[in-house]
Amino acid sequence: MISLPHFPEHLQKLGPHTGKPLDRVDGLAKVTGKALYAAEHHRPGLLYGVVVSSSVARARIRSFDTADALAEAGVVQVFTHQNRPKLASRSKKWRDQDTPKGSPFRPLEDDRVLFSGQPLALVVATSFEAARHAAALVRIEFDEIEQPETRLLERLGQGKAPGRAKGGFTPPPGPHGHPQQALKSAFARVNADYLVSAEHHNPMEPHAATVFYEEDGSLTVYSKTQGPVGEQAFLSAVLGLKKDRVRVLAPFVGGAFGSGLRPQYHLVLAAMAALELKRSVRVVLSRQQMFTFGHRPYTWQHVALGAERDGKLVSLVHEAVAETSKFESYVENVVTWSARLYPCPNYSLNHRVVPLDVYTPLDMRAPGAVTGLFAIESAMDELAHELGMDPLQLRLVNYGEKDGLTGHPYSSKELRACYQQAAGRFGWEQRWSEPRGRREGSKLVGWGMATGVWDAMQVPASARARLHLDGRLEVASATTDIGTGTYTVMTQIAADVMGLSLESVEFKLGDTSLPEAPLQGGSFTVASVGSAIKAACDGLRDQLFKLAQKMPNSPFYARSQAEVEFRDGRLGLPGHPEAALSYAQILRQQGVSVLEEEVKVLPNLLKQRGYSLATHSAVFAEVQVDEELGTIEVTRMVTAVAAGRILNPKTSRNQLLGGMVWGISSALHEKSELDLELGRFINHNLAEYHIPVQADIRHLEVVFVEEQDEIVNPLGIKGLGEIGVIGVAAAIANAVFHATGRRVRHLPIRLDDLL
Amino acid sequence: MDDASSSFEITINGTKRHFNVEPWVTLLDLLRERAGLTGTKKGCDHGQCGACTVLVDGQRVNSCLMLAVMQDGKEVTTIEGLAAGNELHPLQRGFIQHDAFQCGYCTPGQICSALGLIREGKADSVDSIREFMSGNLCRCGAYSNIVAAIEQARGQL
Amino acid sequence: MKKFAFNRAETLEDAVSAGASAGVRFIAGGTNLIDLMKENVERPDRLVDITRLPLGEVKRQADGSLSLGALVSNAAVAEHPLVRGHYPLLSLALLSGASPQLRNLATVGGNLLQRTRCCYFYDLATVCNKRTPQTGCAARNGINRQHAILGHSQACIAVHPSDMCVALAALEARVRVLGRQGERTIPIADFHRLPGNEPEFDTILRAGDLITAVELPSNDWSEHSHYLKIRDRASYAFALVSVAVALQLDGEYIVEARLALGGVAHKPWRLESAELALRGQRTSNSSYQRAAETLLQGAEGFEHNRFKIELARRAIVRACAEAAKGTRR
Repeated sequence: MISLPHFPEHLQKLGPHTGKPLDRVDGLAKVTGKALYAAEHHRPGLLYGVVVSSSVARARIRSFDTADALAEAGVVQVFTHQNRPKLASRSKKWRDQDTPKGSPFRPLEDDRVLFSGQPLALVVATSFEAARHAAALVRIEFDEIEQPETRLLERLGQGKAPGRAKGGFTPPPGPHGHPQQALKSAFARVNADYLVSAEHHNPMEPHAATVFYEEDGSLTVYSKTQGPVGEQAFLSAVLGLKKDRVRVLAPFVGGAFGSGLRPQYHLVLAAMAALELKRSVRVVLSRQQMFTFGHRPYTWQHVALGAERDGKLVSLVHEAVAETSKFESYVENVVTWSARLYPCPNYSLNHRVVPLDVYTPLDMRAPGAVTGLFAIESAMDELAHELGMDPLQLRLVNYGEKDGLTGHPYSSKELRACYQQAAGRFGWEQRWSEPRGRREGSKLVGWGMATGVWDAMQVPASARARLHLDGRLEVASATTDIGTGTYTVMTQIAADVMGLSLESVEFKLGDTSLPEAPLQGGSFTVASVGSAIKAACDGLRDQLFKLAQKMPNSPFYARSQAEVEFRDGRLGLPGHPEAALSYAQILRQQGVSVLEEEVKVLPNLLKQRGYSLATHSAVFAEVQVDEELGTIEVTRMVTAVAAGRILNPKTSRNQLLGGMVWGISSALHEKSELDLELGRFINHNLAEYHIPVQADIRHLEVVFVEEQDEIVNPLGIKGLGEIGVIGVAAAIANAVFHATGRRVRHLPIRLDDLL
Repeated sequence: MDDASSSFEITINGTKRHFNVEPWVTLLDLLRERAGLTGTKKGCDHGQCGACTVLVDGQRVNSCLMLAVMQDGKEVTTIEGLAAGNELHPLQRGFIQHDAFQCGYCTPGQICSALGLIREGKADSVDSIREFMSGNLCRCGAYSNIVAAIEQARGQL
Repeated sequence: MKKFAFNRAETLEDAVSAGASAGVRFIAGGTNLIDLMKENVERPDRLVDITRLPLGEVKRQADGSLSLGALVSNAAVAEHPLVRGHYPLLSLALLSGASPQLRNLATVGGNLLQRTRCCYFYDLATVCNKRTPQTGCAARNGINRQHAILGHSQACIAVHPSDMCVALAALEARVRVLGRQGERTIPIADFHRLPGNEPEFDTILRAGDLITAVELPSNDWSEHSHYLKIRDRASYAFALVSVAVALQLDGEYIVEARLALGGVAHKPWRLESAELALRGQRTSNSSYQRAAETLLQGAEGFEHNRFKIELARRAIVRACAEAAKGTRR
């Protein structure tokens, strides 16, 4: 059975809609097949582009033979680096909103092959089938085929500091105290290496761009993206078009998980072809090609912990070495979480990257934290075992009332309540301490727990609200809904602030003609865009109130705005129902056809200064391991999350369930297998690249812990996109240890690790 | 019947439609690119994800692995054909009420597959639903809610 | 996908004569063939649609055997009352393979002809002797977790991916084939081959051969059989190791046994000596272990799949023990 989540009943509300488990407003479109994704917009005469990918990882192109491809009926053009239309030549122009240090990849730039699967040609034809067939007829000869450098573990010593180039990355500070000495003299120690595999995002919808070539030569682009605004800027820079000549739309996005944070090569190729051919062009990547761009980087980590007899940490060492490409220095926050979570007088943190002949890694759901928390939360479990202590007790002994790195207090931190409530729901007090202590039939049962932490961020965002004569409210922001529920919660916020029903509110997103919104990522969309929506609606309220005051014999004339209420589409005075006026009435009487407010909202840095802003979780997992066969089942999992205000428990719960599935996936399934000789991800399909199927997912339970936060942002929201997945892999690995006595320090854990 | 284009008829969602396409066009691509029915999704194009699931002569199948020309004379039901006018199919209602999706891309395939599942009599227990819905991947991880939606709809069919 | 000509076979004779020409492939369920054509691994000049041929029946034959028409879907075979009743091992094996959607499409004949899931075989960017003879084997020093531990050759370490065929091997099925010289029957043990120096050939079929049916001899295996499939996720995944076992018991003693392995070789792996090792033995783990040792003699793994040897050993023991308890229905 699926149990219902537990919500604190007294969660403060903006109005009747927020805090309620409402159905998705875009649900109808999605269950009827009417929601149109990037590859599903159509116009007569549309051309289809198919990408030809490199079979080698490191070489130079000697020649192309495109004659057979061009001779095929329906083929319009074959683009290669030899005939590619001119695109921006300066590296700076190719930067996007999530670019690390380095020089971004440019498709069909020159004769150099930098990674296996690199796009080397684009075949454009009048049908998908003709383009697909002709793509196979393009013959490419290579020179100087070289052995790609692929072996991270042989180059751990050659890692270099990544610098601070990438947005969202905070370089770890230098050592604090004397971690090595403290480690030596500690009562108990853990010293271990951990490995996290490369993973590919693999949203269900393959990346696609449909580029309509308009009569005036401008482009309308339907794109799979987490940031239409960024793609518009990117395309205009790369193509040398004015911004108003490129409109990017993404009304529906079939999952992204970070893969849509950076514009990918198919987008450039489609837009370039459309401009050059003066025709509309669609390019869709194959599933195999979904393994030819960013991925979660393969990462090695070392953790050393030293503790007193009572479990108090005296030394913490966390180092990471991760792969990157030869052309960009990708980096993510892996090691800092440890010291933030567990204040320790002596610590040393380090992050290094090693360039390999692969494509640049890319932020993938909870980037860095999935990786880092696996290591630290496994190590904490190892330490608890060393000390003969309950793993939860060890976390409580080292509970950080303040951020262990900055020393700042948290704007709110209900992690302790997360531990208590999740442990309670799970039945943790029944835990037996010895590994291999319980079996059911041929199966060993184990329990494990771990902590999750993620930043609560808010970034600048804009929104517009328009109130129409018929009482309809239209709110808009160029953000996206990648499955996260953006459509729904923004509608809820707007309806509540304006005192309207959900039905009379329409929220528009995914269109660069709307007010600017940031990339959708990092769990900051609702905090950022939601705050902008609220501010825009607040502005409308002001306008509406002022209008109402100006009306002849206005009942509001001598009132302040604090005395009135905006409810059921009417402006009213509590206790004076006869005075209420509908918004439409006010507009009509004042001769206003539409009331509009557009705002840009920035985080209140002044208010936030001196605080650490974070969301937390506690995860408890039960596994059953077949002792002889090694097969692992996650039979039960409870996660408790403190993430500020929960706007919609239904969509929020779903997102956390999804995070838990992702955690199970990285714990037990996902691995992009790099053939080290070929430098090629060889299991590039969904039969061999495993994500969980329905039968892998059993009892999952979500607990929302009440957390009030007036500092983080005006809505008190912290975001949920990442937190659900963080810590899950460690909880499962710890449960596997508890079940079997076998400590597996790499992901994924598979049955051969336990034979 | 030989070479180049073939002429054939398929009844799609109750309407007989005539096509004249090359034999290498799959049923999935026919639906999406030539019949204007983009509700059926292409997730992997190799029978490894289930997003393209439709019902052919009442049975759930992966339309990406079927040649359109071989469906001559058959009846195809896609997501666009499930609702009766404005009246949603119980599975569609169940999916909305139980929030059995996030991004929505696997959803049409999940719903068509669930319809096949119920007709096969395999929706009688949670374990059976889990096993016999395993041909439909959901990357967003809405699996628990999908089970709940199917359990609800099962009783209404 | 390469362009191809297409026609529908109206009669069995049509099909056989059309199939004899070079570059012609039959298509029925198409679940594997279309997949491979999209990867340009299979590049037929012509497809002959055989789905309207009269090969869609499951019928009891005079000698008590059960004939499964080549076009019967995997789902229909798995759910057929006669199969469930008399050959539950086959039912179990089929239901553990692929997905419900694929089982609705895939046929008996097509399942026999499934090609390997070796990633290198599928990827034209790599060398593969099976795909293009004499080019080399990238799997041998590559990612080979899924690969063979038995019967492999210098040229090829691929495994046969079918579950159905493993059960058929244990049940000693026969494959009915219509060729240009008429109809013949091939024991399942001889139908698939080991790679040797010619890994491009998965079976002993010749051009134009059309599988018409699979025959299951009447048997006494239905009470004590089991199909155990071990894989990296709970469903919709190819086997790392699978075991088909069927026992005939007299109290605590094994009268007869059939034992076949999947996921370990270029064909379902079965040795009579292993079955003989069980004959007359008690139903105990030590008996099963001896049979496992015999069946796995000569097993040799590669960098990523050595675990399969121990896994197979344990899986055999488990599957035998399960079968001895009685068929799970």
